[in-house]
Amino acid sequence: MNIDISQFTQTFLEESFEGLDIMEAHLLELQSEDSESIDAIFRAAHSIKGGAGTFGFAEVGRFTHGVETLLDEMRSGECTIDEPKKTLLLEAVDCIRAMLVAARDGSELDTGPIVDVSNRVDAALHSHELSDTSSVVETSQEQCQQWEIQFTPEVDILRTGNDPARILRALAELGELEVSCNVDALPLFEVLDPEECHLAWTVTLSGDVAREAIAEVFEWVEDQAEIKIEPVRAEGDGSALITKSEATIHPEEDTNGAVSAPIENKGSGEQKPARARVESGSIRVNTDKVDALINMVGELVITQSMLSQFGEQLKTGSKQGIENLLEGLSLLERNTRELQENVMSIRMLPISFVFNRFPRLIYDLSDSLHKNIQLKLTGEQTELDKNVLEKISDPLVHLVRNSVDHGIEPPEVREAAGKSTTGTVHLNAFHRGGNIVIEISDDGAGLNRARIMDKAVERGLVASGQVLSDEQINELIFSAGFSTAQELSDVSGRGVGMDVVRRNIKSLGGSVDVSSQEGVGSKFTIRLPLTLSILDGQLVEVSEGSYVIPLISIVESVQIDKKALKTIAEKRLVYKLREEYIPVLSLRDALGATTSERRSIDNSLLVVVEADGARLALLVDDLLGQQQVVIKALETNFKKVEGLSGATILGDGTVALILDVSGLISLSKRSTENLNWMRPQGHAAA
Amino acid sequence: MTMGQANVSEMAANGGEGEQYLTFILAGEEYGIDILRVQEIRGWTKTTAIPNGPAYLKGVINLRGTIVPIIDLRERFNMDALEYGPTTVVIVVRAVSESRDRIMGIVVDAVSDVYSLHLSELQPPPDLGNVVDEQFLQGLVTVDEKMIILLDIDLLLNAGALAVEKLSA
Repeated sequence: MNIDISQFTQTFLEESFEGLDIMEAHLLELQSEDSESIDAIFRAAHSIKGGAGTFGFAEVGRFTHGVETLLDEMRSGECTIDEPKKTLLLEAVDCIRAMLVAARDGSELDTGPIVDVSNRVDAALHSHELSDTSSVVETSQEQCQQWEIQFTPEVDILRTGNDPARILRALAELGELEVSCNVDALPLFEVLDPEECHLAWTVTLSGDVAREAIAEVFEWVEDQAEIKIEPVRAEGDGSALITKSEATIHPEEDTNGAVSAPIENKGSGEQKPARARVESGSIRVNTDKVDALINMVGELVITQSMLSQFGEQLKTGSKQGIENLLEGLSLLERNTRELQENVMSIRMLPISFVFNRFPRLIYDLSDSLHKNIQLKLTGEQTELDKNVLEKISDPLVHLVRNSVDHGIEPPEVREAAGKSTTGTVHLNAFHRGGNIVIEISDDGAGLNRARIMDKAVERGLVASGQVLSDEQINELIFSAGFSTAQELSDVSGRGVGMDVVRRNIKSLGGSVDVSSQEGVGSKFTIRLPLTLSILDGQLVEVSEGSYVIPLISIVESVQIDKKALKTIAEKRLVYKLREEYIPVLSLRDALGATTSERRSIDNSLLVVVEADGARLALLVDDLLGQQQVVIKALETNFKKVEGLSGATILGDGTVALILDVSGLISLSKRSTENLNWMRPQGHAAA
Repeated sequence: MTMGQANVSEMAANGGEGEQYLTFILAGEEYGIDILRVQEIRGWTKTTAIPNGPAYLKGVINLRGTIVPIIDLRERFNMDALEYGPTTVVIVVRAVSESRDRIMGIVVDAVSDVYSLHLSELQPPPDLGNVVDEQFLQGLVTVDEKMIILLDIDLLLNAGALAVEKLSA
């Protein structure tokens, strides 16, 4: 084989993971007599098996083969579809996923559960099938110095795109090959259809080759050919066939080709140390989106040629020229904007990619917690950036687990409370004003505020006797090390959850809030920016330079009332804004931007920002305007700078720095400014 | 360019790297850097200052959509700063470090020439005491009676406040 197959491995893995998702989704919905679902599951399993063989994941192939056989029996009605089998198949899906993940990352795999599930799958099989598969497993380990292979393909093998010559070449890579061709079945020339294959081959393969390596070569054609692989004990055996054409193909020197190498690894049980998980670099894009892009680029080209035409007109001094040119420019602007929106949408994926894992989660959880839970998903088609999507899935899983574990009551309790015994967890996603909102609501017990208060006092988060509003109590669940679960379970309750959830969501530039009514249920609301690469910014001017403050963290901007400006210990400045003292940070000093004269305080403005629950008033020279900016990392060619989250390029091509509000807040906590410039007499600003 | 092309191919045959050097002027002295590291040469443009950076970091510029930091070599070597004028030149170079490559610009007085140099002609820098930070000096060579100071651009642009950080994106 002269194709380097490894380049397709990534695609195979991606497709297999998708196939596993399909299997899982259908298994969860599977009722008996549902032939469509069973077919879908079977197809997915079949392609994983086939692919696994081709790409050298022999273990995966063998394991999936058992699963496929079981599915085939279920499909043909030889065995019934029941709950234990469903559970077993779901476990099998987990095993395949674990094997593929291990193959992808090159990490260590715990084979215990796989062997266990594999045995149980075998046990569930019809008896004759069982003996069949076990014999395959037995003989597969066989190793021999010489093999005789009889390969008799079906007549129409060529029509299926399989080429016997390719198979022979693949065999040649395994060892020394002697091939003889049997032409007995060849019809007379007049009736010969060149698209049919009437040849059969007898191949003698010498070399240290495992049977499974040979069987693997025939993986694709095993349904379309008669294949016999037998070890040769004595030399010179099996040459009784008529030989018309004979060919000896010498194997290439490097026998560690793409096909044989992975098997050797697996066989010897050696595994490479786990590679760092690389975030998948490819993305599947709907063809509609690509078509739309191509259309837009077409329009852009037309606009461009139109503009150059208008430019020519301008040269000849035509009066119409300028008007046309302006018109063309506005067209260009529209084209560019549309193009930008479309390119961004390529990175957008529907949130169903994350939502789809929840039916399984709920299925498993309701089983282990003995609760009846119904999952409702809405707004699955809401799209968001792939990066955000990948990072939001863990926090979401955590929140859903929490709802199931702490929120939904056991059936008896629900019945006593006069609710339906089946609890509902509702996941909803929708767009609202440039943000995506994800809601996780349940109709469970709601937050027990009394218990939260007790716990908070116990943990020293709140002084005893302090009176907090309901919202403040709700907020407490996001504090570090806080958990009210009376017993720790494996589902949740280790108290590391909610603060991590909040931190992860914050790191995506989003927020999470909770509202709850005791006895009725609770609702978590996550707000996220649509994308990580663009943000809505407020441009501010500081010492003749432009800086961008993320709009999401701005609370308000105020004109300075000198009377409200106070100092503490002559070092820190605070501003009294409606009964609240907010620390002031002069951006000019914090950023060391001292190229121009300091503005008088009457002409300056304060931008009040908020992050991590703290507020800070930033002293700026002027507010310039709001615009969307594309975030460029400073780390790419330089390094991270405290107080900055990146840079962006403004319309005039200059670079503006994007301020990192939480970084500025921690910067402000450490700063001891020289406030001399505040005093009218000592005008000693540097 | 007084060295023949033969030298270049001869050294390429030896498997030697960085035989061609771009030289530039800094206060009348001629410095050389590996030409393979030079991405482009452009005029000085106004930069956006980076807060709390070292004095020699003049800020960042927009290089066709990429944010590129600009370093003043005079100030880096503690020489007197010069007013930037029309001949002030920024050499955009690629600095290689263990973890990744970065693009940076260095401000120099003027670009001088390109020389093909034998690495065997290279003299180690003499012990100059504490006056000059020797670690950035690759060595000295003589071309046409002129002394050229060869700089190790990777060491220079990965030292001190410019040190590379792990990318955490």
